[in-house]
Amino acid sequence: MNRYRADLHIHTVLSPCGDLDMSPVKIVEAASFQGLDIIGITDHNSTHHCELISKMASRQGIFVLMGAEITTKEEVHCLAFFEKLDTLKEFQNYIDVALPDTANDPDTFGPQLVVDEDENILREEKRLLISALNISLEQAEQKVHSMNGIFIPAHIDKSRFSILSQLGFIPFGLKADAFEFWGQGNPEIAKLPGYDGKTPFIRSSDAHFIEQIGSKFSYIEMENRSFENIRTAFHTKGRISLAG
Amino acid sequence: MLVSELKEKLNLKVFGGNSGLNREITGGYTSDLLSDVMGFADQGKLWITLQTHRNVMAIASLKDLSAILLVKGQQPDADMLELAEEEGIAVLGSDENSFEVSGKVFNSLMQKS
Repeated sequence: MNRYRADLHIHTVLSPCGDLDMSPVKIVEAASFQGLDIIGITDHNSTHHCELISKMASRQGIFVLMGAEITTKEEVHCLAFFEKLDTLKEFQNYIDVALPDTANDPDTFGPQLVVDEDENILREEKRLLISALNISLEQAEQKVHSMNGIFIPAHIDKSRFSILSQLGFIPFGLKADAFEFWGQGNPEIAKLPGYDGKTPFIRSSDAHFIEQIGSKFSYIEMENRSFENIRTAFHTKGRISLAG
Repeated sequence: MLVSELKEKLNLKVFGGNSGLNREITGGYTSDLLSDVMGFADQGKLWITLQTHRNVMAIASLKDLSAILLVKGQQPDADMLELAEEEGIAVLGSDENSFEVSGKVFNSLMQKS
């Protein structure tokens, strides 16, 4: 059994709040420098940088979980990950239909840029990506799992955009693969209504700036790195530990 | 004032949970944040919101609210309506926004008392 260092919540320059330095090449460089074995690429309501970063990271021996940080209609942020590119694209279509047609104002929220390997700007995403999707938390979870994805309510200990700030409880029947802490994590959270007592907690950086990458991470124990092995580790007691 | 009386007075839509139309409204609470309603809305209040998912009903039931009033022409999700039927709490609707409809509900309840 090996222990892998994972930071599963990283934004790129495609997120309006992501720093301009968060290009694929710099993210991979920083992840490598920080000794991360696994990174999650999670832009707000968008997956358009995942394929490139996955390709570039694999050259450095880093495994990428491809996905997005979606905003549900309750304004709860959740991480959704997919193994295959075609499923990722299908999920992107699902997001595109549910994203309000509100234009981004780059001066207020920041630019939403898709770039290439050499940091050339390919295009700018026009619609504001931080809007809430017209999809409920339960609908999102069911969709992600119907597409064989991994579903993780994000930074549940944050005072905004988290399942606890928005709902105040974990809804009955919600099948999360893990819950994410951003801060040190409050042991009281495990006593909150709706927690099943066994879904594991991870910790991630929610990096918007290069220096935040890997500042918080989790250890995942498994034989080797694969999407299925990560999922299995989430579902097996004692395979996840928090660090950072 | 009964939910059914307010519905007549303001010409509100009824999406479901009809068995809750005879509940007594003791006041209103306007909020889109469930954790806020959980913390501060009292029993018997009419909850005015744009949220349309099933957890709205879970909170309404837990806090024993009188009814839900959806604003801006919002349609409830199917699973929200299912729970509304189960819990016997009416889900009403208005095309007006929260500000406008809250004002009307406030005035109606004041006139009554």
